Amino acid sequence: MLKKTLFYLALYPTRLPNYTTTQLTALIVLRVLIGWHFLYEGIVKVLNPYWSSAGFLIEAKGIFSGLATSIVASPEALRIVDFLNMWGLIAIGLGLIAGCLTRIASVSGIALLFFYYVFNPPFIGYTYSTPVEGSYIIVNKNLIEMCALFVLTIFPTGTIIGLDRLIFVKKKPE
Amino acid sequence: MNQKKKKKSSDKQRKKSTIKEKVSGKMSKKPDKKGKVMDQISREPEKEDKVSLGRRDILKALATIPVFGPFLYAFLKKKISDDFKKKEILAELGISRKAPAVLPKTILKKSKELVRLGIIGFGVRGEDLVRGAGYAHPDWIEKKKKQAKENKLDKGLETFLNQEDLNVVLSGVCDVFDVRAERGIAASLNDVRPGGGSGLLKGAKRYIHYQDLIQSNDVDAVIIATPDHWHAQMTIDAVNAGKHVYCEKCMTRTVDETFKISEAVKNSGKVFQLGHQGRQQESYIKAKQIAEKNILGKITLVETTTNRNSPQGAWVYDIHEEGSPETIDWEQFQGPAPHKVPFSLERFFRWRCWFDYGTGLSGDLLSHEYDAANQILELGIPKSVVASGGIFFFKDGRDVPDVFQAVYEYRDRDLTLVYSATLANGRHRGKIFMGHDASMEVGSSLTVTADWESTRYKEKIMNKIINTSLPLFTYQPGLKGIDTVTSATERYFATRGLMYTMRGGRPVNTTHLHIKEWLDCIRNGGQPSCNIDRGFEEAITCHMATISYLEGRKVEWDSVNKKIV
Repeated sequence: MLKKTLFYLALYPTRLPNYTTTQLTALIVLRVLIGWHFLYEGIVKVLNPYWSSAGFLIEAKGIFSGLATSIVASPEALRIVDFLNMWGLIAIGLGLIAGCLTRIASVSGIALLFFYYVFNPPFIGYTYSTPVEGSYIIVNKNLIEMCALFVLTIFPTGTIIGLDRLIFVKKKPE
Repeated sequence: MNQKKKKKSSDKQRKKSTIKEKVSGKMSKKPDKKGKVMDQISREPEKEDKVSLGRRDILKALATIPVFGPFLYAFLKKKISDDFKKKEILAELGISRKAPAVLPKTILKKSKELVRLGIIGFGVRGEDLVRGAGYAHPDWIEKKKKQAKENKLDKGLETFLNQEDLNVVLSGVCDVFDVRAERGIAASLNDVRPGGGSGLLKGAKRYIHYQDLIQSNDVDAVIIATPDHWHAQMTIDAVNAGKHVYCEKCMTRTVDETFKISEAVKNSGKVFQLGHQGRQQESYIKAKQIAEKNILGKITLVETTTNRNSPQGAWVYDIHEEGSPETIDWEQFQGPAPHKVPFSLERFFRWRCWFDYGTGLSGDLLSHEYDAANQILELGIPKSVVASGGIFFFKDGRDVPDVFQAVYEYRDRDLTLVYSATLANGRHRGKIFMGHDASMEVGSSLTVTADWESTRYKEKIMNKIINTSLPLFTYQPGLKGIDTVTSATERYFATRGLMYTMRGGRPVNTTHLHIKEWLDCIRNGGQPSCNIDRGFEEAITCHMATISYLEGRKVEWDSVNKKIV
């Protein structure tokens, strides 16, 4: 049952595309770079005993600010969110680099980035007191990384280069 | 070579097409109904036993795994370098990353007898203090409930209810304004409190004159939150009547009173605590450790400030609609005030604006700033002071300045303490200790930054172990401990204040802790942190500035003959 679900999530309904080597290389480089970014963000948070998402959440603007405040106000909810965020980042990073359950990793990555984006949207009229290193209007790095993961979702590579090849693609005996 | 390449790529093509055929093969049998596709897919893994994987498959499957090599290398290299910096800095400084140990001022015993409190002056601050002791007015509870509903981060009520039950009752209330006296009684009856719910509260008795409260056998200890001109007389009368005293700052209004109160408290042997609750701030306690460890080098300048920019901040408090000669005992209010004037609602509700009742910025806010510096550096009374200022913004009939600067010299310490204040600008300027090797900004958090021309850190700055554009370390009570090598974001949060201090990682009201310390000393002996000696230093220091301002001259302290010259 689990295998069935995983298989379904990993491939359906995309056919395995017939990429040129250049296309495949470009996609895999993108996948590995995004994976690297996720993995390091996760590890840094796990290693810092004082890290908490509270600072980020307290700055939340827009429709999700109420939810963010509720999370910060409840120590238990904050602990759960922190845990999911830290280990989620690591799992997604590992998945993308190794090409393991790549589809699930990219979709989870999109979900996570979606939350980052909507909690602190760079919309006109919203100002944040946390310093940022660039200038953004509507489009920020979270949104771009989210779209890059969307590209990886619809142009899968895990079953070509990645552990997914071992999990999902079976070769008939010669 | 070319042939090889060609062969390789054709190999790849073949491989790809095999896979493609396989996967798309099963997909191409796409039936009309979704269910059938599912069936096919679900059957796929069952074929597992019949297939085997080629070496090429394994290689391709593992092709990106080597990326973990450079990742780990880069990660470990950065971690080792960061850890090395942290270790180097912390070893150099010899300071722990943990919250400071807050040693109780007395040996705490388990059994604690009930202490019956009396409050004189149940205005805004009086209510705060009684709440710190565990009794809140029902209106405050309602207001806080509403605020907590509107803003989930408002933990005022929760923090109050989680306060330690100090085993006290409020048994006496004295206020010259009827409305406030009634509020005090309502608070004493409110069972919505830490450790409450017994329904056994008898409530406080109202005393019309403070002398009756002080002489009462139903009161063991007195909290004084009246205007400053009453502090000395009431404290002296209270300790002489055998009561312990918690008195608000400024301790006195005049130099003369300061000597008298000091003598009376010392002779009585009663426990006296002055209301500088900043003594309980974790960040101040940590700052003291840092100063003691000489991390800042030789400190030559301390800059303290007050910036406020609202009528409330400038003591233009609301005049209560029920305030009238009928509801206010004007004669008792005036008491020892040097000038007796006809009934005035303004003077009653906004007493801080007149030297008859207080000392303006000096006694109200310089006193807090000075006490913090005195707590951290143990400065004592300065050698001299020059003060200046004026009424530049609030020309509303007041006689105390709204812009005020005082420059104190500590010649024995080679140090100057500057106080600079305005009530017409809200810019945050902080409290900064400037040493040859580093600067320290202290608020409810703490930031130490190395000086780029420091002698002590010169080598580490050159070796890029210390970055002078970032804090050497920051300390945020309860949140972060001390963290060296901080990011820009962390630095930003370090400069923000917190409403409460922390104990064991939990928010606690500093006023509550200050009252608790006083009660602990009443029960078990010992001296609280802001005892009569600290109070004497505070009052003399503040009054020196007031005299300098009023007389327009440099004022000196003769430490041998103990007098202001």
